[in-house]
Amino acid sequence: MNVQKIRKDFPILKRKINGKSLVYLDSAATSQKPKQVIDAVENFLKTSNANVHRGIHTLTVEATEALDDARKKVAEFVGVKDPAEIIFVRNTTEAINLVAYSWGRLNISKGDEIVLTIAEHHSNFVPWQQLAAENGAILKIVPLRQSQGFRPVDDNGEIDLLAFKKALTKKTKLVTFPHVSNILGTIFPVEKLVSIVKGQLSNVPVLIDGAQAVPHLPVNIPKIGCDFYAFSGHKMLAPAGIGVLWGKREILEAMPPFMFGGDMISSVKVDQTTWAELPLKFEAGTPNIEGAIGLGAAVDYLRKLGMENVRCYEEELTKYALEKLSEIPEVTIYGPLNSVIARSETTKQSKKRSLRYSRDDNRAGVISFKIGSVPAHDVASILDSEGVEIRSGFNCAEPLADFLGTGPLARASFYIYNTKGDVDRLILGLRKVQKVFGSVGKWDGRRKNKNDNLHTHHPIILST
Amino acid sequence: MDLYREEILEHWRSPQNFGEIHDADFIVDQINPLCGDQVTFYFRFAKRKKTNGNVPFRINDDTIIGNVSFTGKGCAISIASASILSEAILNKPVSALAKITGRDVLKMIGGPVGPARLKCAFLSLEAVKKITVKNTHGRSEEVQN
Repeated sequence: MNVQKIRKDFPILKRKINGKSLVYLDSAATSQKPKQVIDAVENFLKTSNANVHRGIHTLTVEATEALDDARKKVAEFVGVKDPAEIIFVRNTTEAINLVAYSWGRLNISKGDEIVLTIAEHHSNFVPWQQLAAENGAILKIVPLRQSQGFRPVDDNGEIDLLAFKKALTKKTKLVTFPHVSNILGTIFPVEKLVSIVKGQLSNVPVLIDGAQAVPHLPVNIPKIGCDFYAFSGHKMLAPAGIGVLWGKREILEAMPPFMFGGDMISSVKVDQTTWAELPLKFEAGTPNIEGAIGLGAAVDYLRKLGMENVRCYEEELTKYALEKLSEIPEVTIYGPLNSVIARSETTKQSKKRSLRYSRDDNRAGVISFKIGSVPAHDVASILDSEGVEIRSGFNCAEPLADFLGTGPLARASFYIYNTKGDVDRLILGLRKVQKVFGSVGKWDGRRKNKNDNLHTHHPIILST
Repeated sequence: MDLYREEILEHWRSPQNFGEIHDADFIVDQINPLCGDQVTFYFRFAKRKKTNGNVPFRINDDTIIGNVSFTGKGCAISIASASILSEAILNKPVSALAKITGRDVLKMIGGPVGPARLKCAFLSLEAVKKITVKNTHGRSEEVQN
């Protein structure tokens, strides 16, 4: 992968931030857009813009073809044979809400159990929490594995498989987990988790939040064996406002529509309406046509690079960043480390930790960290003054921050346009943080709070 | 960098008026849901008339803030702002709170903080303003312990 060539495709990378060249390390929030995507959207709007699925004029035919073409590209990109199973939505959040409102409210009732993990993004937590509050269903929250002593640096952030198995019962109606944690970067063993569920409860559907996976890893949805899979376009080079819900055809066909209106009907009489076939049944109203076309162009761009190459490059970059970050003694890194960094105790020659890298493939290009006792927002502010853009806060996963006992975290995340030079700029920025704040010490361990009952190796059971 | 002036860092390291007032007349919370920053302000009013039992202590615009403290967690900007604001309102009448503007707070902490950090700088101001917004009767529902 020629990163210098890739960088030329991203006009925003020419920008200066506070007089410094931009180092964008917030792609887990949203990615930057290459000119190929920007051009595709612009060309469509300039040459073929019309509404879709309506009338017979040339432009509407072209627009409809462009939308269908984008759907096919997206389907192929994630290994899906039937493009009708690709439902265009706004984003992962809407995809999950679609499942919760349509499938969930039909199939989950009082006393039924929804199994999810403590690592969920709010988008895959709040919809289920609210469904449970509404109808008396029970949430079973699977904790992450933590090593002894609960030292944050050793919280390796992988799913607790024993607790996961324990959480599955005859009352389980839905199981859901992320493909990649947006905080810890943990790559969940999704195929294994699905096979555990299907082995115990063959009829229980599995929903995977793939927002952080599809942009960064080769993903073949049918191979995973799940029933629903959700992801967003804007994290994978496409414009905001376009995302995907994939579902198995037989499940989607049995589900009632989520929203009603135009485009999702086959016939409307004053006294009754019949629904359109998939995927239109779930796409009420004029869709985000140019967004879908942008997503199609993004998929073209990523396929040209090859997702294996994307993954390998990000893996190498992440390894480099983990090494550099762990050379700063005040930095505490969260997420899987054991297979990436085998820490040996301080050697006589050097205080640097010795680093060993293995291809366990359990960590994506997301690194959450703390530097001493400096609040995350202040870390982000100082880095911003150096042109380095990172995320800080709860990063839309407050239950996980509670579980880890960390409070707000700083997060750097990588994509195809980042370089080792970007990591070096991050490290320089962190040196400045240390300079500004003076002696910051080492993060003094987990915060004691009223959520300490979250530290458990059993599923956390919440019922209302 | 300009935002992290020594004074702000000093207030963050050693926040003034930090802690609870156990017999507070008034307690207010404010939270920034974006980052989880949270402050609780405790007030005790000066020259309060002795009240017996359930009769609420009534404050008016001239009631003097005889003691003020805060607890909380947050970034350097929010904690330093809380500390500086607590110093500024001590021994002032309640009516003075309504007159404090965001611009005043920025002046107190020594200058602008940039749009991304305004919420941090104003968290405490939003908290203490509740005292006038609610036009309180001393120990009211606002008092949580």
